[in-house]
Amino acid sequence: MATIKVHGVPMSTATMRVLAALYEKDLQFELIPVDMRAGAHKQEPYLSLNPFGQIPALEDGDLSLFESRAITQYIAEEYSEKGEKLLCPGCKKVKATTNVWIQVEGQQFDPNASKLAFERVFKGMFGMTTDPAAVQELEGKLQKVLDIYEARLSKSEFLACDCFTLADLHHLPAIHYLMGTDSKVLFDSRPKVSEWVKKITARPAWAKVIDLQKQ
Amino acid sequence: MAGIKVFGHPASTATRRVLIALHEKNLDFEFVHIELKDGEHKKEPFTFRNPFGKVPAFEDGDLKLFESRAITQYIAHFYSDKGNQLVSLGSKAIAVIAMGIEIESHEFDPVGSKLVWEQVFKPLYGMTTDKTVVEEEEAKLAKVLDVYEHRLGESKYLASDHFTLVDLHTIPVIQYLLGTPTKKLFDERPHVSAWVADITSRPSAQKVL
Repeated sequence: MATIKVHGVPMSTATMRVLAALYEKDLQFELIPVDMRAGAHKQEPYLSLNPFGQIPALEDGDLSLFESRAITQYIAEEYSEKGEKLLCPGCKKVKATTNVWIQVEGQQFDPNASKLAFERVFKGMFGMTTDPAAVQELEGKLQKVLDIYEARLSKSEFLACDCFTLADLHHLPAIHYLMGTDSKVLFDSRPKVSEWVKKITARPAWAKVIDLQKQ
Repeated sequence: MAGIKVFGHPASTATRRVLIALHEKNLDFEFVHIELKDGEHKKEPFTFRNPFGKVPAFEDGDLKLFESRAITQYIAHFYSDKGNQLVSLGSKAIAVIAMGIEIESHEFDPVGSKLVWEQVFKPLYGMTTDKTVVEEEEAKLAKVLDVYEHRLGESKYLASDHFTLVDLHTIPVIQYLLGTPTKKLFDERPHVSAWVADITSRPSAQKVL
């Protein structure tokens, strides 16, 4: 009896972000595929779920949401008692630090990592050619971000605190794709980052998300 | 209890986002001016506060934060009983606010900020506005504002019937764009236009100009 419905596709990084949170929380849900190739995400009825025409969207009873990082935060708060904890335990001041690193992923990491994944992975899938100059530029920017992560992870086991939180989870989809490309060296060459990548990608909930792609 | 410090620049949109939130809450704070033109934000000691070298950074007692939208959310929740309410209660209402914050952050701000850079800051630095970029970004902004127009036809403010962080976060970029030809995109959408007039006339918004 899945009251939770996710509209998206298992290949999409933003959909994967939401699926990871749902699996971490052991929540039942229905994944409703969106026919991207037919442009279903840019038309009704999908536009009523997300007027920006992007996947995923989530329905939980009469609540309808889009933007993957808003959805994961809703899941983490609404179902805080279920499954794994996805926010740092503690008071509002501790929560504020989690928000800092949630913003960092969204503002500093993802713009570069997503574009790099697009160049290295998705362009090939869509019969387009990777642009080596773009790859070089994006890797240059991503390296600077990862240097900061390396310093951060020398002081903290995970990005926000000593527990796995949404701040780490949100990185999983882009990291997953980049680790299957030559860009993996950016992560492997930084010991703390490398260790963190291994920890977060080894989580059972993440394995379930990857399994969905194989189906 | 001025344990609050903001490290930033008065012209920076991200800094203004934080200042507006503090004014909405009537909180005392100390403003520490970071001289961007000297690259102060890219050097120590500022980079101890934000390793990404961007303003603003924030301190409240021994809590240190950066990223303007994390700071405003902290202010809204930690000082929820002071000044104006900037978030809503209940997990569903909070989810709608989180969604609005993401939309502003990923759809509105990247486009709005580029338009501010091209039309406001580049001329200040003796650089030339790139009209092609302005045209492209205005086309994108128009689509975002169409969504906002529809939303504001159903709801007085973006996330609820009261002013929240979702509206607040747009103010600094909107303030700059109202001084450029891009203003027309706001003017030609009646609900957006009324909302813009409303939020930019708030005392907190006036204080950062």
